[in-house]
Amino acid sequence: MPQAQVSMDVREVGPNVRIIDIRGEITAFSEDILAAAHEEASRAGVKAVILNFEGLEYMNSSGIGLLVTTLIRAQRAGHKLLAFGLSDHYRQIFSLTRLDDAIPLYADEPASVAAV
Amino acid sequence: MTEPRDKDSWAAPVDKLHVGEVPPGAVNLNIEGRKLTGPLQGFGQMWQKTYRVGVGDVPPQKVIETWKSEYDRFWPPSNRFYAPITGIKPGEVGVINAKQGPVRLSTGVLVLYVDDTSFAYVTPQGHPFAGWITFSAYEGGAGTVAQVQLLIRANDPIYETGFMLGGSNTEDKMWQYTLHALAEYFGATGEVETVKVKVDRRRQWSRFGNLRHNSMIRTWIRKPFGWGEKPSS
Repeated sequence: MPQAQVSMDVREVGPNVRIIDIRGEITAFSEDILAAAHEEASRAGVKAVILNFEGLEYMNSSGIGLLVTTLIRAQRAGHKLLAFGLSDHYRQIFSLTRLDDAIPLYADEPASVAAV
Repeated sequence: MTEPRDKDSWAAPVDKLHVGEVPPGAVNLNIEGRKLTGPLQGFGQMWQKTYRVGVGDVPPQKVIETWKSEYDRFWPPSNRFYAPITGIKPGEVGVINAKQGPVRLSTGVLVLYVDDTSFAYVTPQGHPFAGWITFSAYEGGAGTVAQVQLLIRANDPIYETGFMLGGSNTEDKMWQYTLHALAEYFGATGEVETVKVKVDRRRQWSRFGNLRHNSMIRTWIRKPFGWGEKPSS
């Protein structure tokens, strides 16, 4: 099976708010990395997890599916899932797949943190 | 900023579906003007279903090229998929005519995504399930693997009941048949592996009203005596 071409780092940006910095590609092969990053970001009563897509280079339909399963995990854990840094292209894809109905999108990090 | 390399792989945003030229024989109902429904817009429990089979030493690109160009060939005989006249390309709409016992269903899909090693469909309102189906091929340890992965919810309470009463197993058989036929085409005979994960056990009661779009009911109202005869002829 091909290797995932992505890195995801978790950082804390406020009380109970964590950001996952995504760099590279989101495909089916990113599943374990995204699940591990989300689990790390979800620890200790987090209120919101924010996905930073500024470093996103490529995403296919399996990648969109991974975001849905991440959203369901967030709902189950009782915290919000937000996102920022999407290019116009990926904003269109969020709109086409109606993912933006459920994951609020923001222009940048300060706007997303302020919205928590 | 450089353009993402998946730019041409995705369908352009659409508010409502529009069916282009329909292949002869296709019964085109319940697609025109419908909105798309992803797994977040459906009613029932959310499932991720993955079916995969080894197809031998065929390059993944060749598997996908064949699958796209002869998609209907690999479906069970009771169902027909009328690919867009222009082929399976992002933004095109395919027509589905399915028959299960006395029940007939006319619906469709939008081609959401296409690249060299995968393509994906998204369903419209009224389809039995709301979600995405991704077809892909990749190099596994012992040759190329062809895979179908669904991320879906039943679109409304009637479909959800149907899935619980055997519809889900019927769907499994359909994709297992498809992959078996695909593998056979390439001279492989492996077993189809099936993995089902319940992603979300909750039902979305706020989506109860999806019932009004139910394509099975609407097909029956429009074509109570079937569609002439077998749409496959």
